Amino acid sequence: MNSLKIIFDWDTWQEIFGSIAKNKTRTIITVIGVLWGIFIYISLSGSAKGLDNGFERQFENIAMNSMFIWAARTSIPYSGFKVGRSPQLKIQNATTLKQQIPEIQFIAPRNAKGVFGSIPAQVVRKNKSKPYNIYGDFPVYTKIATKKIYDNGRFINDEDIKYERKVCVIGERTQLELFEPDEDPVGQYVRIDDVYFKVIGVHKFIQGGGFETDGDIFIPFETYRKLYNTGDDVDWFTIAAYDYADAVAVEKKVKQTLKRIHRVSPEDERAFGAFNIGEVFTKIMGFAKGMTFLSLVVGLATIFAGVIGIGNILMISVNERTKELGVRRALGATPGEVRMQIVLESVFLTTIAGIFGIILGSFMLAAINLFTIDKTDFPYTNPTVPIPLVLGALLIMVTLGTLIGLIPAQRAVSIKPIDALREE
Amino acid sequence: MIEIKNIYKSYKMGNSSLQVLKGINIEIAEGELVAIMGSSGSGKSTLLNILGMLDVADEGVYKLDDVLIENLDETLAAKYRNKFLGFVFQSFNLINYKSALENVALPLYYQGLNRKLRQKTALDYLEKVGLGNWSSHLPSELSGGQKQRVAIARALASQPKVLLADEPTGALDSVTSNEVMGLIQQINNEGKTILVVTHEIDIANMCKRIVTLKDGVILEDKKVKQVLIS
Repeated sequence: MNSLKIIFDWDTWQEIFGSIAKNKTRTIITVIGVLWGIFIYISLSGSAKGLDNGFERQFENIAMNSMFIWAARTSIPYSGFKVGRSPQLKIQNATTLKQQIPEIQFIAPRNAKGVFGSIPAQVVRKNKSKPYNIYGDFPVYTKIATKKIYDNGRFINDEDIKYERKVCVIGERTQLELFEPDEDPVGQYVRIDDVYFKVIGVHKFIQGGGFETDGDIFIPFETYRKLYNTGDDVDWFTIAAYDYADAVAVEKKVKQTLKRIHRVSPEDERAFGAFNIGEVFTKIMGFAKGMTFLSLVVGLATIFAGVIGIGNILMISVNERTKELGVRRALGATPGEVRMQIVLESVFLTTIAGIFGIILGSFMLAAINLFTIDKTDFPYTNPTVPIPLVLGALLIMVTLGTLIGLIPAQRAVSIKPIDALREE
Repeated sequence: MIEIKNIYKSYKMGNSSLQVLKGINIEIAEGELVAIMGSSGSGKSTLLNILGMLDVADEGVYKLDDVLIENLDETLAAKYRNKFLGFVFQSFNLINYKSALENVALPLYYQGLNRKLRQKTALDYLEKVGLGNWSSHLPSELSGGQKQRVAIARALASQPKVLLADEPTGALDSVTSNEVMGLIQQINNEGKTILVVTHEIDIANMCKRIVTLKDGVILEDKKVKQVLIS
């Protein structure tokens, strides 16, 4: 009989079922070992994936490779200037940076009122009045950080900049606080620091990094400049690098260029501040990768332990069945057939255990998902195990099952039938 | 049917070796019923094991049905055993989690017969030993005599050239011993060559020829008047 025929022969399986069913307790205990292993593996790697997805979701509304750059105070005297000078970022710097650093994809100069210690603007509509943060923005900002605008509204566009239009995009909370519930704010007017602005859109607030809130009001950069008389000043730049670029390196180049423009010592590390999302993202993703790797190692190790358990039990069972195996060989079973039977028993037990483990693990993941599905602030989304990983685990188990099964199988055939029969 | 010449066999026991068979010559024709007699240590079981290809002689020639049995590896031995030989053991050696029918069908499984044919053949042989109604019973539900009859059915199922019985009545009382020997005689009368190893003269006398071994050599080889069971 060739081996393929043995595997697909119903009788082979009946022999295996027979000997497995013979000792149910042994079978169940054996199966639990591997089942536990694959269960841990599936739960862990699924959770790691969920964490991974969760982190990614936290960053989904901002370009992964982006950063904020602002001016702080110098710490080294340079070129005749004393320590403690505060360089002022200028709108012209944006053009210079874009020209000199090819890795920059988008650069958005921004001004804001209400953050970094400045006083928020008083916004009035009819008889309602509240302070809100005001941002002066270019349309390019949405290329770096997505702004979801509710239907029939829009974000600031190039025309708004060009004509210095008095238009604004308000937040969800602003709408709630200044407008009636059934009112459509788009097309209405609000008074920002005594100037009337037409509302052109309401942005949906998305949690995730930064200092923006659900009450922020965005107005065109040029309008802001007029309104608050900021001239060419810029509070900070939001910069997105191309995907291929290294965010940390780009940050360094940007700072270097700014130091040159503003005559700050090249060694001065404090003159410009930066918050590098790319760097943070890389770190967090590195952590998530580490988790995935750890779960893979732990899971595989547990599976391995389970399979060794199967080998152990089969070893004992071979000893118990020495006589039976001797009888089989006296009746004409070749060593190959005996070996095949033991190995198939091992593979069969491992596979069954594995499949049950996968099912249980999936239930576990589904349960965790159910508990965390509405917790948006908890970084855990859609825990899944990729099919190739599951199949890979099954493949590893079958392989290990075969290898482990070979040990008792070899022992089974190493006993001469005559010795096996003599054993009482 | 069986022809052995100058069979020698020794076992190593530490530094010394124990000579168990010292030149055995036997010829057994088809249809004979031969008892191999001897006290324990006479070498009768070793001889049976060599005939049964469970053990290999150090020296000598063994021909079975004109096939020279030599250079046996385990796989070839297993095939020859399956094709030529049927075994009946003192302790029955039925597989305890298989029913009587499945036990009888087992050698047919190793012959590669299909399931239906196996079941049918196995049932035929169970009926032949009078246990047709017990086919679904496990060995633990059978009496000693019944177990040995199942074992005989199993040995016959593969239609071997020779039936080798090692103390087939050793674990049975005299009444069931007679039953089993009656069955063996009946099978022999149908033409099967049978070797029975025993140390009981009563059992040996139920055969047609007695070969007596002592200390590894043949002491006596004689035809006897068979004591027939009813």
